[in-house]
Amino acid sequence: MRARLSFPLTALAAAVLSASPALADDPVELTMYYPIAVGGALTDVIDELVDEFEAEHPTISVDAIYAGNYDDTRVRAMSAIEAGDAPQLSVLFSIDLYELLEQDAIVAFDDLLESDAEREWLDSFYPGLMENGQVDGQTYGIPFQRSTIVLYWNKDAFEAAGLDPETPPETWDDMAEMAAAVREASGGDQWGVMVPSTGYPYWMFQAFAFQNGHRLMSDDGTEVYFDDPAAVEALEYWVSLSQEHEAMPDGTIEWGTLRQNFIEQSTAMMWHTTGNLTAVRNEADFEFGVAMLPMKTQRGSPTGGGNFYIFNDTTEEEQRAAMTFIRWMTDPERAAAWSIETGYMGVSPDAYETELLRDYVETFAPAAVARDQLEHGTAELSTYQGGRVRRALDNAVQAALTGQMTPAEALAQAQREADGVLRRYAR
Amino acid sequence: MQLYGALLLLPAAVLLATFAYLPTIATLINSLFLPGFRGEPAEFVGLENYQLLIDDTTFWRVARNNLIYALGTIPTSIAIALGMALFVNARLPGRGFVRMAYFTPTILPMIAAANIWMFFYAPQIGLFNKLLGAFGLSGVNWLGDPSVALTSVIVMTVWKEAGFFMIFYLAALQSIPPELKEASDLEGTSRWSFFWRVTFPLLMPTTLFVLINALINAVRVVDHLFILTKGGPNNATNLLLYYVYENAFSFFDRTYAATITVVILLVLGVVATVKFAILDRRTHYQ
Repeated sequence: MRARLSFPLTALAAAVLSASPALADDPVELTMYYPIAVGGALTDVIDELVDEFEAEHPTISVDAIYAGNYDDTRVRAMSAIEAGDAPQLSVLFSIDLYELLEQDAIVAFDDLLESDAEREWLDSFYPGLMENGQVDGQTYGIPFQRSTIVLYWNKDAFEAAGLDPETPPETWDDMAEMAAAVREASGGDQWGVMVPSTGYPYWMFQAFAFQNGHRLMSDDGTEVYFDDPAAVEALEYWVSLSQEHEAMPDGTIEWGTLRQNFIEQSTAMMWHTTGNLTAVRNEADFEFGVAMLPMKTQRGSPTGGGNFYIFNDTTEEEQRAAMTFIRWMTDPERAAAWSIETGYMGVSPDAYETELLRDYVETFAPAAVARDQLEHGTAELSTYQGGRVRRALDNAVQAALTGQMTPAEALAQAQREADGVLRRYAR
Repeated sequence: MQLYGALLLLPAAVLLATFAYLPTIATLINSLFLPGFRGEPAEFVGLENYQLLIDDTTFWRVARNNLIYALGTIPTSIAIALGMALFVNARLPGRGFVRMAYFTPTILPMIAAANIWMFFYAPQIGLFNKLLGAFGLSGVNWLGDPSVALTSVIVMTVWKEAGFFMIFYLAALQSIPPELKEASDLEGTSRWSFFWRVTFPLLMPTTLFVLINALINAVRVVDHLFILTKGGPNNATNLLLYYVYENAFSFFDRTYAATITVVILLVLGVVATVKFAILDRRTHYQ
């Protein structure tokens, strides 16, 4: 009996010893969850980056785990924390900030800074991309896979409809007219424009509202303004694209298949994240262009995408290592390469100063649209109880688009729901 | 001797306690609290969550959806499974191939199946609308129109489940002694009355088993909603477990999710009682 027991015991002892951080030369082990919400084989890209990082930093090992879309990734990270196996860092939705704070899950980067170089690094990103990552002057999220919504248009389809293929719509009226023209010229075979209304309807709606000069939430995330006349007008315009101009299909439009719709030329224009740019470029066998979204009273798009967060249930050594990794990943050279691989924007002005990205933008102008649009950007809808608030708005948008409610009714209901949820957060 | 018996039960009891009883009790307790506000500890509120649930129109919408979903999937998939089993149990050429074809959907992971069907359903580029287009019919926005979205989800589930249930029926059919058929042939019984008077009653234990499984699946479904609809448009396809998931992980409201879970458990408890008290007694086991 004793002989039988001894083997597992030794094995156990060996396992305990080898897992112990006391042994010298053991790399700091980091676990990172990350999402992918666009097309293309991006897990390979991340794996390559991680390998490269580990080669340069033998004292740190990173286990990068692809965890689905933004929601799935948040679930994975939060359940791991609950199970006592917290990751040290993760890429999560930039707008998860308030909820992560509420769960007391993350640390501020300001508290981790040790040198001026790190301070400079923290200040090196586009301010527009930092908005969703900061609260009360503290920075909790570092921009990584960040986007704005851009307009993709099919130049061949524009030409066939007698439109100037090089001129995308400037205004809401332009877009409706051009879309209707394409629809008519194709004899009903091709739609004029598609704006996705599953997945992230609130995001698209926020763009419409902002183009009409309206912000949907307060800076401190405690109030929303969904039923404002400017917001109602924005939703009415969106609905009118199908109801009145008959240039967009009825019902909701699926986020996940929209790119395929555009590639197969079943729509002449689509609104989608710039994160899809490289995939569209690789797959489209027609001439296409990318433009800023059209305007009503002003240009505009919310920013979107994922930020790096560092979790607080970790040792100081791990937090330092995580910082090192995040700094490396957001370094201008890496940011430039990542932008080229995906279409997500280079997160800092320095990234666009690199030779790599400068050359790329020169040969492929659409790559700069998201950055240029940043000037007209606004923070993505982010509030306390963000999940519920977004869901209320998602439902309102879908109810209006499917004709179950008028835009005014739908937004009034969403406002009531959101007010109820946010009541206890009002300061 | 009693100790020996207790020891034999121990492993199963430990597993059950760890994975069934303890979580159930924890869920019950959780449902009596409100989550801590900005890092504060959870607050005991008694039955307040249940009051919220009763006033929650979305919950009732979701419950109704789930009922429709159950009524839509369970009888249909069972009937189709039985039909397919009878078909592939007969002598027909390429029988193995047909059986395999029917069973294929079952071995696909739900997420993969949902991804395939998302492209079947896609309004402009999807298979179904292309087929309709070939007959000159204008397409349907299968997942984007609230009046058909739930039906679309139901159809996919039936496709996925029928093949699985067919396997049980096929096994049961093959265990029916051939003497019964020979005897009834001698008596000159029609195929119709042979099926209803002999085959179908002998299949009752299988039907009951399949029914319970179908019911579990109807409450358990959550995965393909992630891919197909995310519960939309405007909650048209939101089902109970997905709503639990949303509350727990999208809204970070664990206690409300626990409350809904308790209600689901109660309903399933009632169903189980009905099954033991009524259905089992009327089922003829061989």
